[in-house]
Amino acid sequence: MSDTTQSGPVLAADGTPLKRSLHRALRIQKLRALMLIAPLLAFVLLTFIVPIGQMLFRSVENDIVANTLPKTVIALQDWDAASGQAPDEAVFAALAADLYVASNEKTHTRVGSRLNYETPGISSLFRKAGRKAKKWDVENDGPFKEQFIKIDDGWADPDVWRTIQTYSPKYTNGYFLNAADMQKGADGAEIRPESERIYITLFKRTLIMSLIITGACIVLAYPVAWILANLPSAKANLLMILVLLPFWTSLLVRTSAWKVMLQQQGVINDTLVWLGLVADDARLVMINNQLGTIIAMTHILLPFMILPMYSVMQTINPSYLRAAKSMGATNWTAFWRVYFPLSVPGIGAGSILVFILAIGYYITPELVGGTKGVFISNRIAFHISTSLNWGLAAALGTILLAVVLILYWAYDKIVGIDNVKLG
Amino acid sequence: MKAKLTAFAVTTALVAPAAIAEEMTIVSWGGAYSKSQQLAYHEPYTAKTGITIINDDSSAEAVAKIRAMNEAGNVTWDVVDVVASDAMRLCDEGLAEELDHDAVLAAAPDGTPASEDFGDLIVSDCFVPQIVYSTTFGYRTDMVGDTPPTSVCDIFDLEKYPGKRSLQKRPIDNMEWALYCDGVAKEDIYDVLGTPEGVERGLAKLDTIKDSVVWWTAGAETPQLLADGEVVMGSTFNGRLFSAIAEQNQPIGMLWDMQSFDLDGWIIPAGLSEERKQRALDYLYFATDTQRLADQAKYISYGPARKSSAPLVGKHASLGIDMAPHMPTDPANAGNVHIYDYEWWADNRDDLDAKFQAWLAK
Amino acid sequence: MAALTPISRKPLSLVIPCIAGAGGLLGLFVGTANGSGLLGIVIGAALVSLMGLFFIFVLKNETTAKWISILFVAGLGFLFGGVPGVILGAIFGWLFHWFIYWTYEGRYRARLLPYLTPGQVLWHYTFLFICGAIFVFLITPILVVMPLSFNAQDFFTFTPEMLRLDPEGYSLKHYRDFFTNNEWQRSFKNSLIIAPIATIISVSLGTLAAIGLSQSHVPGRRAIMAILISPMIVPLIISATGMFFFYSQIGNWLEGTLGFNKTFVGYVKVVLAHAVLGIPFVIITVTATLVGFDRSLTRAAANMGANPVTTFFRVQMPLILPGVISGGLFAFITSFDEVVVVLFVGSASQKTLPWQMFTGLREQISPTILAVATILVVISIGLLTVVEMLRRRSERLRGMSPS
Repeated sequence: MSDTTQSGPVLAADGTPLKRSLHRALRIQKLRALMLIAPLLAFVLLTFIVPIGQMLFRSVENDIVANTLPKTVIALQDWDAASGQAPDEAVFAALAADLYVASNEKTHTRVGSRLNYETPGISSLFRKAGRKAKKWDVENDGPFKEQFIKIDDGWADPDVWRTIQTYSPKYTNGYFLNAADMQKGADGAEIRPESERIYITLFKRTLIMSLIITGACIVLAYPVAWILANLPSAKANLLMILVLLPFWTSLLVRTSAWKVMLQQQGVINDTLVWLGLVADDARLVMINNQLGTIIAMTHILLPFMILPMYSVMQTINPSYLRAAKSMGATNWTAFWRVYFPLSVPGIGAGSILVFILAIGYYITPELVGGTKGVFISNRIAFHISTSLNWGLAAALGTILLAVVLILYWAYDKIVGIDNVKLG
Repeated sequence: MKAKLTAFAVTTALVAPAAIAEEMTIVSWGGAYSKSQQLAYHEPYTAKTGITIINDDSSAEAVAKIRAMNEAGNVTWDVVDVVASDAMRLCDEGLAEELDHDAVLAAAPDGTPASEDFGDLIVSDCFVPQIVYSTTFGYRTDMVGDTPPTSVCDIFDLEKYPGKRSLQKRPIDNMEWALYCDGVAKEDIYDVLGTPEGVERGLAKLDTIKDSVVWWTAGAETPQLLADGEVVMGSTFNGRLFSAIAEQNQPIGMLWDMQSFDLDGWIIPAGLSEERKQRALDYLYFATDTQRLADQAKYISYGPARKSSAPLVGKHASLGIDMAPHMPTDPANAGNVHIYDYEWWADNRDDLDAKFQAWLAK
Repeated sequence: MAALTPISRKPLSLVIPCIAGAGGLLGLFVGTANGSGLLGIVIGAALVSLMGLFFIFVLKNETTAKWISILFVAGLGFLFGGVPGVILGAIFGWLFHWFIYWTYEGRYRARLLPYLTPGQVLWHYTFLFICGAIFVFLITPILVVMPLSFNAQDFFTFTPEMLRLDPEGYSLKHYRDFFTNNEWQRSFKNSLIIAPIATIISVSLGTLAAIGLSQSHVPGRRAIMAILISPMIVPLIISATGMFFFYSQIGNWLEGTLGFNKTFVGYVKVVLAHAVLGIPFVIITVTATLVGFDRSLTRAAANMGANPVTTFFRVQMPLILPGVISGGLFAFITSFDEVVVVLFVGSASQKTLPWQMFTGLREQISPTILAVATILVVISIGLLTVVEMLRRRSERLRGMSPS
């Protein structure tokens, strides 16, 4: 080739320069790939990412105070929270004017319950004051300071006013501080008293227990996947039914079944007592604690580990092992140096699946976890459906999501997401 | 005769589609409770008006779902059954319609206006009380020896009644019981609980039994735990216990002491069209009159919220036993009752819940 | 598998300790239950060893030995445990007979490679035992559920009547409840409508996108991949509330602007939500299958004049089908077993089976949900067996020996 010194570009069959032709082909290929991806990407973006984004945005959104109490927010700007005194009449008059409007639109209680998340008692202050304020003549009924304090002396408490002032801006980091067991104190962020710290403990517990569950799944799934991959397919398919059956059974049913088995008057304890291995008055405690959560969740997530491992192991040629042994390797060396490295992508895929699924679980921990076996998702669910503190739920969810994304990123760096095999 | 019948058939055929097309979604708790409402309210109402009623068993998620519906501007529910504290929360958030009880509800047969007939059970402007229930304790009759518990403080007595007990996984009720059994007078409970020391005192009392407690979140759990013999005693709603004792013949006894009086009732979500709101009000007028409320007690042992309904409570629909003695409102059962302070809890629930959860996790 | 290994009878010095050990193990349990574990071990070991010697030297007829062993141990079981004891005893009797002959005749070596050392043989069976234990772990919860679904009481409890195998303790009422109760029937139907449609959507869109993703030059591949699998990552409760708002707006638009029927729109919402949740599973499985896909095959097809559509259906699809099927399976289960999102997105007329089960568990513990689970398990065993039989039949027809 070297001696064919041609001037001008290499031409493709149709006479266009090869470089351009290749470029065009590449562009077409890219375009075709994108067109294949586009419908799904649009679908997921629209039906999932946008709604989740909206939901997570609530973790910083805080326009309710400024929108409902516009005059008060402005009047409060000059008040010095460190003075230890309730603000003066001007602020109370502004509040009266705001409350008059708000109570007629029935939005005053909404602000009350928003601020009540930060300082208990504010909810009823607003509820009581709103009832009176509805009938006030804002122009002439003043001065209002005494009237407010007469309704409830909580209005004289500078803490209440400090809370209103702190949460005046339209955006807040308050929810994230709460989610990290902190609060907005008089001088910026501060750690909560020990009796109220819970979220960091829960985050740690969620991570540690998810890791334990993932580990347990690896240990249990590996031999099963191995035997499925190495048996003749007729037998393997029969055994596969045993793996798939639990998968087909509702999560709720399996969780209840574990309750029936693990409790102190349950099947396992009864059997052990009947066999005489455990005394009747010393039955094992296996549920309503971390052990219960680990057992039940390992069982529920095990198929997610077995199936990807199985599909990877199926592709490993058994003759590799035989070759290793024929060259003098012991059973263990042959396995550890030859088979195991080949099966790592399966372990990786299974682990990431199981770990991510475990970290977001809440129904099973709720039912079998007792007090020490519940996850952060349980608190998220509580704040969504019971306390209505969606901002805090969104903040907790955002942190959880960030943790998962970091892990996902690390996994991608170490193993590579393309190596994930699942089926 | 035949012509008449045909004419009747023709008119119904013409009228029926318009009537049948109307439907409303009523949300409740599911299970036996929804069934009692189906029999006592929905079926007669459909028979009377031709409006189809769709049952949605979502009350447990009602607060969150109503809020989401309201924000999305698509409220699909017409009438919702919630507990009083949830009704209050919804009312505070502006998610439930405020009602003028005398104007929209039926008066008692003797003409007493609704607001007096319900009395102080109307704990929120949005709330129409339906039943009175109690969170109380059941115990295994075969596991307590010859001296069944008589006082709520027996819960804290691990020596006399060894074994596990089940309590609801929330501070409400448990904190009150703990303080009461720690020697706080009944009328001072909320004053004490309002101080940080009071909270600590309550948690310290609960600490004495913490290792023996199974915490429940769903009302069906305690009856199951009792039936298994997994717990010696446990708190739950009195209707659940009645069903386990009378309908399922379980060896369970009921402890009526310091039971927490609570209410369950209807709200109308805010943001309905005027037409739907009127229909919902019409349903409420029908379903909360004196006779209907008394009818529901035939199927489940919860007390009707109207004073005027109490004398009309009859026998259990299938077992034929008198229901009055099983009602939380019966004088024999209501000797020592704990009245739950809604206003106090609305203020302090979030704060105390944080402390309670931190205590649980310790 | 391996070449048939000749088997030979084993010396008594190996057989007797083995079978005595097995007998001792059962003896230990029965003994501790009745006061003395040590005595139990001795008696158990002695009885089984004697039985073994009797079979080997006196009886010499395996079928008779089987029945003697079963009847004898069942009789012992009756002495200690009544009717359930008989059943357990019969099972153990059969096991002992099998174990005695298995060790004595050296049958345990029959299927193994002839050159394995005794240590390797022992490890082989230990390994099998471990796998067996894991399978037991997988399947026991389901085995527990089945008898409980025949409970005469409305609790998840093994009543004394059930343990005595008294017919009084059993009833079919929960099955009756499932088949006659409208709520259960409706939710079952809803699940059967929603899950397959959601699966079809996520499988078809997911497979296309996976093929696109597997091309060599995709700009922003990592970011796209992260977006596509995000439904699996976000905690369900957050997804549920977030999706609720979006789907309400979609619903308003479909009902208001396009004038669709309310129930239909309700189904559309749940199906779309479930389809999104199923997508990550399809994406991950199908891309994984495509990693090993030989791209020269599509080029060859194109070379021989097939257009892209033909290439896809005739060449690519059959090869990646296993991945697509297992992705579809995951997606189907995701929808069929999903309770959190449907609680928010659905309304009463789209109540699915898990939703009904959820209220069943919370509002009244009702073994009907166990009956449903049992029915589903039986159906799926049936389906899987049929599939397996069809597969074997087609292999036979194609002249392949079952691999």
